Amino acid sequence: MPEEQPKDRVVGIDLGTTNSLVAYMEGDTPVVIPGVDGSNLVPSIVALDVVDPNAESTKPTVTVGNAASRSLIENPERAIYSVKRLMGRGLEDVEEELKLFPFRLADDIQSGEVLRIRLGDLHFTPPEISAYILRQLKRNAERYFGAAVTKAVITVPAYFNDAQRQATRDAGRMAGLDVLRLVNEPTAAALAYGLDRAKEGYREGSTVAVYDLGGGTFDVSILKLNDGIFEVIATNGDTHLGGDDIDNLLLAVALDEIKSDFGVDLRPHADAIQALRKAVIEAKITLSSQPVATLDIELPNNQRYQREIPREVYEQLIQSVLERTAGPCKQALADAGVTPDQIEELVLVGGSTRIPAVRKLVDDLFQLSARGKKPHTELNPDEVVALGAAVQASILAGSSKTTDELLLLDVTPLSLGIEALGGVVARIIQRNSTIPASATEHFTTGVDGQTNVAIHVLQGERELAKDCRSLARFDLKGIPPMTAGLPRIEVKFLIDANGILQVTAREQRSGLEAAIEVKPTYGLTDEQVETMILDSFDNAETDFEARQLIEARLDAENILDKVAKAPASPAWQMISEAEIAAIDAAVAHLKAVAQGNDLAAIRTASTALDQATRNLAEKMMETAVSGAMRGKTMQTASDDLGEAVNAPHPFAPAEFK
Amino acid sequence: MGTTSTTSAPAACWACNAALENSAVLCPVCSKVQPASGADYFQVFGLDRKLNLNTPELEREFHRLSRKLHPDRFARASAHEQEWSLANTALLNDAYRTLRDPLQRTEYLLKLTGLKIGEENAGSGKSPDRQPPADLLEEVFELNMQLEEMRMNQKMGEEDPILLRDLTQARTNFEGLLAGVDNDLAAEGAKWDAGNAEAKDKAANSMAMLLERRRYLRNLVRDVNEVLTTAVI
Repeated sequence: MPEEQPKDRVVGIDLGTTNSLVAYMEGDTPVVIPGVDGSNLVPSIVALDVVDPNAESTKPTVTVGNAASRSLIENPERAIYSVKRLMGRGLEDVEEELKLFPFRLADDIQSGEVLRIRLGDLHFTPPEISAYILRQLKRNAERYFGAAVTKAVITVPAYFNDAQRQATRDAGRMAGLDVLRLVNEPTAAALAYGLDRAKEGYREGSTVAVYDLGGGTFDVSILKLNDGIFEVIATNGDTHLGGDDIDNLLLAVALDEIKSDFGVDLRPHADAIQALRKAVIEAKITLSSQPVATLDIELPNNQRYQREIPREVYEQLIQSVLERTAGPCKQALADAGVTPDQIEELVLVGGSTRIPAVRKLVDDLFQLSARGKKPHTELNPDEVVALGAAVQASILAGSSKTTDELLLLDVTPLSLGIEALGGVVARIIQRNSTIPASATEHFTTGVDGQTNVAIHVLQGERELAKDCRSLARFDLKGIPPMTAGLPRIEVKFLIDANGILQVTAREQRSGLEAAIEVKPTYGLTDEQVETMILDSFDNAETDFEARQLIEARLDAENILDKVAKAPASPAWQMISEAEIAAIDAAVAHLKAVAQGNDLAAIRTASTALDQATRNLAEKMMETAVSGAMRGKTMQTASDDLGEAVNAPHPFAPAEFK
Repeated sequence: MGTTSTTSAPAACWACNAALENSAVLCPVCSKVQPASGADYFQVFGLDRKLNLNTPELEREFHRLSRKLHPDRFARASAHEQEWSLANTALLNDAYRTLRDPLQRTEYLLKLTGLKIGEENAGSGKSPDRQPPADLLEEVFELNMQLEEMRMNQKMGEEDPILLRDLTQARTNFEGLLAGVDNDLAAEGAKWDAGNAEAKDKAANSMAMLLERRRYLRNLVRDVNEVLTTAVI
């Protein structure tokens, strides 16, 4: 491992269900790194680009984030959102999700296999999709720093199991990131608040609860803070509960109403569903600040579905979803051995905590206003997890004095067990054990000369193996043939600081390190991950080109837009017929090449149009603004015009009088 | 748990060559993390084998050692140091979790002294065939009858206030017995701490029996609670 380099930045990444963010520690303050579009949030949407069948390159390219959100409506069969719900899961786990989300799975997936999602004609595993999101964040950070970024801390829901964590780590590797640590989201949030309030400080030894209701997951964690040590005492949650569920509920209601009122069944129309989904999300957001929201949707038969949703109706509707967070909260409190009134600080995390009904529920659960307390919402609930990830990144990098004294002690959310005789689970590491945690078990053979022993490892709180989550089957091989019961195989189970299980085994009588063959129940093997990394390296070049192509097309659209508005300007009358003809020709040419994939041609055509409109631009300036501003092109003239009519330049220096 | 170490710890620090205790996880001179040793849970904290333990002190020591040992402190260290930090922090965490709880502490100490404790490696599964302690045979028999009747009633949707009262009483009774066992355990623990080898042996045997009895009583109380909780709903 290379020695510490000042350029060795470690970024913190919040890989969210709905939005993802990347942050880093600037001096002693964590800050979010914005994307090219200036936005801090990168929507966790991935769209497979439409490739011209005549184009030479047939390699797939993708678009991520805001740019991909349009594809959700225009090309829903090529786009995916909320892929986090599929991470580390098998076919039988996602049946419920499939009814609610437009996930299109490959037809030939077997039970127990890693899922494959269809985008266009291609298949992708959930970690691959997530890797595209991570790569976008990595690029945003690289663009921001002007240097390569290869190390990251990534957050995961505290209640993520081993398979979900492994899938997240695999995604990081595929994106070309060395994942130094997976940090639990609520713990990261506590860290961000802890740092933020370091000056005043949480009270020494105070007990803090973090209530984290995000887009797709719910976590609650109880922590004790002591002199810079953030010690998680208990955690609980539901990895399939969040804002998505509220959206789906509203969507289902709207679909039913449209069907009964207009006789139109939108369910088979993926594009219409996405448009409606967008509308209900907007209504949901409105209802957090307004007493009523309105849905207004044009139906395919040109009728309009208009519907007012008063907040009371909305709150009744979502009550059942919100109440599902109460159980985990009570369990976490019980496991931590504290009563609600012993919680001194409560931190709200996740966009869904903006919903007033959520705040009310939390207030009741933790008796906040009854005790004259308010929840912490000072940090943006969408950003606080990423900020905390940046703090943890700084702790690991040892790059800031501020974080030197901080240490996170987290726990494993689920008990680890092995299947014993009769299909019951023998628990070997209890939930809420501080990690790293380990347990050693001894196994032997049941038959003379037996050389293999199979161990089935499970995660969960239920008594029977069939009710728990199967993590992996370990096959201990190469046991020296001995009389039954004589071999003594010591198996060490270790949950590391990422919450991921490691297993080693040794036959003690022979001293042989037993070979372990691991069959992850829903994970990718190392070899599979390797090929997926290579795939994206192969595509690195084409990806870059695709990005440039998209940017060039956007530029072209921009200038075409502006030229289209020009005939309305008085300047249009001041230019010659020949000039108009030249402009028309340049416009037609640019429109034609912008459809294709020839980057150089698009750029040349854009420049040509810009040149052809140079005189027009000058005339527009002259007619609109007094005083000649020579040498402007269409592009800048139009920009300046916009500013001239609207407001002073936002970055104009302040005038002192 | 109770790892039988096959590798012995070095007698000197790998980094500064200072002499080390056999079980040291950190070098007292240069503070470097050491290869995983066969330290037991008491040794990790530098404690004598005693059952009477100052838990606030234990917590402080846990935090102090965590600051030095935790993998977060070794993100930029060599692969070896990372591996040792992981193994030693797991040991520290396991040790803290076990020692801070009086019952687990007692079980662990008895195991260290070579006594076989009943439910080892059997997980949390119930063992229905376990014999009740001789002095409780009659009460347990009666309780089991009542539990059976109650379950039957619940299945049929019938209510029997007298049975409910009896069961609630039985629960109070057994909870009292449980508290008694805990007192006896504490007393025997004190004897173990203070006594000579012979007294320790004697106390260890009583504690093993008390733990067995406690486990039995705890399972009973759990069964009653299960039935009573259903009854309330």
